[in-house]
Amino acid sequence: MLSIKNLHASIGDKEILKGINLEVKAGEIHAIMGPNGAGKSTLSAVIAGNDTYEVTKGEILLENEDISELAPEERAHKGVFLSFQYPVEIPGVSVTNFMRTAINETRKANGQPEMPANEMLKVIREKSELLEIDRKFLSRSLNEGFSGGEKKRNEIFQMAMLEPKLAILDETDSGLDIDALRIVANGVNKLKSDKNAIIVITHYQRLLDYIVPDFVHVLYNGKIVKSGGKELAYELEEKGYDWIKQEQEA
Amino acid sequence: MSKYTEDDLKIELETKEYEYGFYTDIASDTFPVGLNEDIVRAISHRKEEPLWMMHWRIEAFRAWEKMVEPEWANVHYQKPDFQAISYYSAPLSKAKYESLDEVDPELLETFKKLGISIDEQKMLSGVAMDIVVDSVSVATTFKKTLGEKGIIFCSISEAIREYPELVQKYLGSVVPQKDNFYAALNSAVFSDGSFCYIPKGVRCPMELSTYFRINQAGTGQFERTLVIADEGSYVSYLEGCTAPSRDENQLHAAVVELIAMDDAEIKYSTVQNWYPGNKEGKGGVFNFVTKRGLCEKNAKISWTQVETGSAVTWKYPSCILKGDNSVGEFYSIAVTNNFQQADTGTKMIHIGKNTKSTIISKGISAGKSHNSYRGLVKVGPNADNARNFSQCDSLLMGNNCSANTFPYIESKNPSAKIEHEATTSKIGEDQVFYCNQRGIPTEKAIALIVNGFSKDVLNKLPMEFAVEAQKLLEISLEGSVG
Repeated sequence: MLSIKNLHASIGDKEILKGINLEVKAGEIHAIMGPNGAGKSTLSAVIAGNDTYEVTKGEILLENEDISELAPEERAHKGVFLSFQYPVEIPGVSVTNFMRTAINETRKANGQPEMPANEMLKVIREKSELLEIDRKFLSRSLNEGFSGGEKKRNEIFQMAMLEPKLAILDETDSGLDIDALRIVANGVNKLKSDKNAIIVITHYQRLLDYIVPDFVHVLYNGKIVKSGGKELAYELEEKGYDWIKQEQEA
Repeated sequence: MSKYTEDDLKIELETKEYEYGFYTDIASDTFPVGLNEDIVRAISHRKEEPLWMMHWRIEAFRAWEKMVEPEWANVHYQKPDFQAISYYSAPLSKAKYESLDEVDPELLETFKKLGISIDEQKMLSGVAMDIVVDSVSVATTFKKTLGEKGIIFCSISEAIREYPELVQKYLGSVVPQKDNFYAALNSAVFSDGSFCYIPKGVRCPMELSTYFRINQAGTGQFERTLVIADEGSYVSYLEGCTAPSRDENQLHAAVVELIAMDDAEIKYSTVQNWYPGNKEGKGGVFNFVTKRGLCEKNAKISWTQVETGSAVTWKYPSCILKGDNSVGEFYSIAVTNNFQQADTGTKMIHIGKNTKSTIISKGISAGKSHNSYRGLVKVGPNADNARNFSQCDSLLMGNNCSANTFPYIESKNPSAKIEHEATTSKIGEDQVFYCNQRGIPTEKAIALIVNGFSKDVLNKLPMEFAVEAQKLLEISLEGSVG
């Protein structure tokens, strides 16, 4: 599904990713953990194609195709989805309208006709039920005045609507209370299949109690310094990131 | 690199011709350039007007001669040479047509390019259209249906001939001949326009619509519109405009007068997309318009406008809230791109008791354009409990444009309540990236964000207009994020 090879990326003169290697297969959930400033959010932004960062070396392959030179919307059309850590507000644009535009632009790019309105309504109903979303919420302006939990749930709703091949959840747990966390995690679990892959970026092991990863990677100083199964998350929780830092500096 | 950058987008759009920039070759009957009393007489004569009308025009002309072109607006332009303009131009085929088959096929072709299919309009939308091409009406539909209700909807020239008592009573009653420089000029030389009268207690069953269009090089268009809603009546009037591209600036100085009698309501909607000039700021229409409505007791007037065109716009649709409990509304979206300049807003004059006004203005500036909101809320000494709410929002794209807000408030009544809110925002790269990530290309993303920003006003437009307006916003702003 996703294959990242020796990926280097900078912002201005500052190199943030210093040679990332990562293999994610369909049906897998990978967790990427690491201390603040390790480059976790940069990695997700670079995969999604945010041009604030410059890829200086390496490649990002999605189903064997290098997407590192593609515009962000083209990556989206190919099935890359990023659940934002800080979803932006777009006043006056309802969640429904936004989703309709996103779906139809994607279909257009893939040579498909627009989704008929009745089908759109049906999908919206299905997905909102799946994620326990009150449909009144869908006519509100995108993220405007949403609580932290509503914003994150809305991100997962969009993921459900767009059915991406690769979903990256950037700190989806931040700002969530335990109930919201459970709802969001349940949603993600329901969306998981053997045809898609999920990368969960998080600080804490907490989220991984709900979304159980097949692999855990530790990102430190722009590199993946440790990989393992889900037990690695518990080890990190117990020992803290200082353990990694000390190991690296030793 | 398969990556399509914003710069590519910019180049593509800058080279994009004005969508409606074509010219229809119809033989025209055009007056020599220049303006004097003889020309005013000749216009009146050509239009077979009664004597009182000619005198009215001459009175206006004499007043205009003594007036000076105003300079207080926040716009800069080369003043038109009024002696270099031809003041009358009509398609030669002057007969009124019974059916579309009789209409000059070139003209129909023009409408087609504009996406205005009269047939479709006739069949689908139930919109009666009085189409003004170069100043003379050439097609009127649905007249019969309207006639059965006693509604008069015709060209102003026809109204002057057929309904002189109504015209004589109300023409200039809201915008007097001497009101301002351009109103005086219009009063002297107006060539055509629309007239509408809704009888007592009648609710006009369809949206009345007029498409204005400037078509002949070097002819200024001086439209005159008069809408009278008699007691307890209701009408929704749509005005949409396009103009073909021209190198020299074309002057457009229209006057619109609305009269809403006791308990009447007038909804007046405009979509204006005249040629804005090219990307260097050359050419484009000068749009200097006077629009004003008078509300009697319990009457209501709503102005809704979407202004995306013209090189220079100078326009303040206003309401005189004379009657007690009358209501005035102004909803506006003004878009400027490249070198366009707009100074637009409204005046709400509260005279009667318990009068209410609402102003929602959305200014969108891109390129090197200047966009100003200028509004006056005036509360007279007898306007007890007058209420006004104003909201002026500006959206900026890039770093080379400007937005200004000039709210004027004059209150002579201590019980008045006046609220004013203003915001300025910029389309953020983070918003665009968010949309991109969901598969929405930048151009579409901007359209979406702008539509969202303008939603409060778009919602006020009649359905068929709202769609056109959204399209226009997209066309006007393509490639303008910086």
